[in-house]
Parts: sequence; C-alpha cells; structure tokens
Amino acid sequence: MHASVRQAVSVNIPPIVASATARETAAALSMRMTISKVNFFYGSKQTLFDISMGIATSKVTALIGPSGCGKSTLLRTLNRMHETVRAVRLEGEILLDGQNILAQDVTSLRRRVGMVFQRPNPFPKSIFDNVAYGLRINGSKTPISEAVEKSLRHAALWDEVKDHLHKSAYELSGGQQQRLCIARALAVEPEVLLLDEPCSALDPISTAKIEELLVQLKDLCTIVIVTHNMQQAARVSDFTAFLLTGQLIEFSPTPQLFTTPSDPRTEAYITGRFG
Amino acid sequence: MSPRLRWRKFVSGFMLTMTGVCALVAVSVLFFILGYLVYHGGTSISWNFFTKLPAPVGESGGGMANAILGSAKLLLIASLFGVPIGFFGAVYLAEFSGSTTAFVVRYAADLLNGVPSIVIGIFAYSLVVLPFKHFSTLAGGFALGLMMIPITLRSTEEFLRAVPRALREASMALGASKWKTIVSIIVPAAYRGILTAVLLAFARVAGETAPLLFTAFGNRFWSPGWNQPTASLPVMIFTYAIAPYDDWHRQAWAAGLVLLGLILVTNIVARAILSRGIAVPRS
Repeated sequence: MHASVRQAVSVNIPPIVASATARETAAALSMRMTISKVNFFYGSKQTLFDISMGIATSKVTALIGPSGCGKSTLLRTLNRMHETVRAVRLEGEILLDGQNILAQDVTSLRRRVGMVFQRPNPFPKSIFDNVAYGLRINGSKTPISEAVEKSLRHAALWDEVKDHLHKSAYELSGGQQQRLCIARALAVEPEVLLLDEPCSALDPISTAKIEELLVQLKDLCTIVIVTHNMQQAARVSDFTAFLLTGQLIEFSPTPQLFTTPSDPRTEAYITGRFG
Repeated sequence: MSPRLRWRKFVSGFMLTMTGVCALVAVSVLFFILGYLVYHGGTSISWNFFTKLPAPVGESGGGMANAILGSAKLLLIASLFGVPIGFFGAVYLAEFSGSTTAFVVRYAADLLNGVPSIVIGIFAYSLVVLPFKHFSTLAGGFALGLMMIPITLRSTEEFLRAVPRALREASMALGASKWKTIVSIIVPAAYRGILTAVLLAFARVAGETAPLLFTAFGNRFWSPGWNQPTASLPVMIFTYAIAPYDDWHRQAWAAGLVLLGLILVTNIVARAILSRGIAVPRS
C-alpha cells in the first residue's frame, strides 16, 4: 500500500476497524473485556481519546507506545485503579463479561481483575503472608496453605521458596519479589491479570523467567501487559495495541503488527524511528 | 600552591574543624549531664529509695516509692488519653482529610505543641481540678495527655504518609477496602515509626513538672485510687532540690536518675518489641 493511502485509511477509519484481520480474528474469539469509546481526563487535560478495543479471553494483549502515550492509564482503568488518584474523570464504557465495570462494586471488581506493578511491591510480611493476604481479606473458604502453594507454583516460585515461606519477602531478589507479586495476584484467582511494565526494574534473566511464566499463565487467566519493550511485546503477546499521545493507533494480532503494520506511525515506532 | 588554593584549603579545614567541634560539644553536653546525674544520683540511691515513703523533715533516710508509683500512674493516664486521640487523628489526617482540613489541624497541633506547659497546667486546673474541688492523679494525667496529643499526631501522620504508595496500591488492587488497607498494611508498615513517636511523647511528658504543680499537686504519702493528689518524680525533684537539706538534695539527684532510668527502660523494652517483625526497606 502506498504511504499516502495508508495515511488516509488510518485517518478516516477508527483504528479498531483499520485492521480487518484483527476484526476477523477477534470475532472468532470470545472477549473477556470490551473497552468502548473511553476518554480519560486528568483535571482538564485529556490523556485518552476515544479508545475502543477488546481483550480476548485467555490471550495476552500487549499495550505498547512511547512514554506518556497513555498505555498505563488505559491499563489502570481496567480495574479502576485510576480512582485512587484525585481529580480524574473517565468517560465511556468498559465491560467485563458483558457487565459495565464502572457500575460495579470496586472491591469485587479488583478481585476479578488483578494487577502487578512496575516495581515489585511485596508487603512487609513473610512470603506466605504476602500470598495469603488476598485470600484472607476476601474470607476465602479454601484452605489457605494449599492455595498459597498453588499460587506460588503457578508463579514458578515454589521450588525456590518452599523451605523458607516464613522469611521476609524482602529477602528475595527483585525478580523473585516480582514473581511473588504475581503469585499474590493469582491467589485470588482473577479472571484478568493486568501487568504494568512488570520487568522494567528487573535484570534480563529475571525478565526471561517472567516472560516464560506469562505464556504459561494464559490458561489460567486473560493477561494484559503494558511494556515499552517492543521485543517483549512481540515475544509474549497474541495481540498488540499501539498507542500514541492518548490515541489507539493500531490494534492487531502481534505478528501482523510487527511485520506488516498498517499505519505509518506504527511502522515508524517499531522500527525505532522515535520513542 | 597558589595563594587562592591555599586560602580555599584553609577555609575548608577551618569549617571542618568547626562543625566537628560543634558536634562534639553537643554530644559532650549530653554526656556531661548523664555523668553528673549518675555520679550524684548513683551515690544516693539505695533500696530504701524504691520501697520507703519520704521521711519526715529532720529524719534522714526514707525514699520515694509513692512518687515512682505516682509518676507511673500519671503516665498511664496520660498515654491512655493522649495516644489514641493523637493516633486516630493522624490516621484521619493522613488517609482521609482534604488538604485544607489537614493544614488547619496540623497548624493547630503545632500551636498546641508550642503552648507552655504551665499554661496546659492552668487549663487542666480549671477544667478538672476546680469542678472536682481537689487535686488528683486524673487531673495530672489529663494535663500530661494533652501534651502528648500533638507530638503523637504530628509524627504518626508523617510516618503514615511515608508508607510507599506502591503498598497501598498493591493492597487495593487485591480488592481490599481502604479501611482494610489501613489496618492490615499501612499501620503495620508504619508501626515502628509510630511507636518511636509515642515513646518520644512519653519521654517528653515524663519529665514535665509545671503542669503537675497544680493538678496532681504532691503528696508525702501513698495516693490510693485516682482521685487523690499524688506525688510524682519531677515534682519531688523540684521540691527536694530547692529545700535547704543536704539529704533532700541527694534524694533529688537519685530521683533524677530513677526518672531517667524509667524512660530508658521503657525505650529499650519498646525497641526490643520493635525489632521483631519486618520493616519496609528504604528505597
């Protein structure tokens, strides 16, 4: 396609429709979450513009884009963590299993949509108590120690920590701490797991472990990951959304977005011309 | 070496020496006081001091058992009254209030902190002593408790605010309510700091004399219950130190040492409790 034609297409047609293949692939999949016409404001400054996209069940969806493009903001709206900041406003609709999350009780929503943050943030408690925290506050009926073991196994951390579950979580390495945070989030058996640049504070080996883990976790839950590492998005995700200055530029199956991007801005970004 | 460089080196050396000497002076004043207290108090202290009532004027010997117990009772009342108010007030300020409310309350707390302790004494006198028509442990404890509120409040608030936002978010993202997050994450993460703050407040009021002069008053005998005037170590020190008897002076020194020892022991015990559990590393 000629560059100018491509430009015209992306200007006239809403991004989600821009990729016909994405639409077709998406139709064949069930959608765990649907984001429609989301606008987001910090005070009077708008940071997300009319975002619409689907999050496919049991797939990894990556959000990429340069710093400040709104990818973290978009992620945080999915479990309404944006509400912990004052003076923000969200317009539009976000559905989880067909129900609008903005109309739900926020604590039960966050039980279903878990989150892992940029820097490992274990609680100042033992390894065991970190994982058990979510179960305890939610009054879980399953025996806690079994659930803790299961979550640690899912997070590929069990073998490393099983002999010292009652040591401080801070005695773990950064990568182990981040996997502990993943185990902590998995313990309450969320349907969706949000990860906000989970590897940006980690070394390459720890990063590789977490990436490997994410691919395995697809069977357990739907994953949305924010990353500004494009190789990481390419390695772990099934779908990739490219955001730029608060707009969704392109949303396609990952191989397609990285090999034959339909928007010149996507191409410019993934080939390293900016960002 | 150029003259300019020599001059710079001289200034650098001079300033370094001066700051070092100032630091040394600050520390040595503390050690001088401690040493003086231990020297004079240590030679005057005896088992009787802890077990006997004050001896009548003219007789030697006797102790300050009633003042030691009186001080303990006063500090108990003060802590029961001042610490919860300061603590829960701080939780509200750090976690719930808007910035204007927080500013006003903080400012008021700072003012209260700056009120001379004798004025706090007059306040407690007119609020508690006058209506009940007699001096009491309760009135003294109330006066000391008032003084503990602003110290506890301000420092607890600081420590709560210092808990990393990441921990709050981690808890909220697991579906914990704000209340649950405060109780099970934020306060436990800040409790070492909070306890240190409470200890500071405790140590500060333990030595207060002025607010006790006309609230707890003084007593040369045991003070049963909470509704009688009571002896306390600081007031005893004051009374004994200005008396014309050598024996009393020695007792005053001993009382000073005991007071210091009480504060020190409380501190060590609390810190021993603190050292268990897991601290949030500084990032």
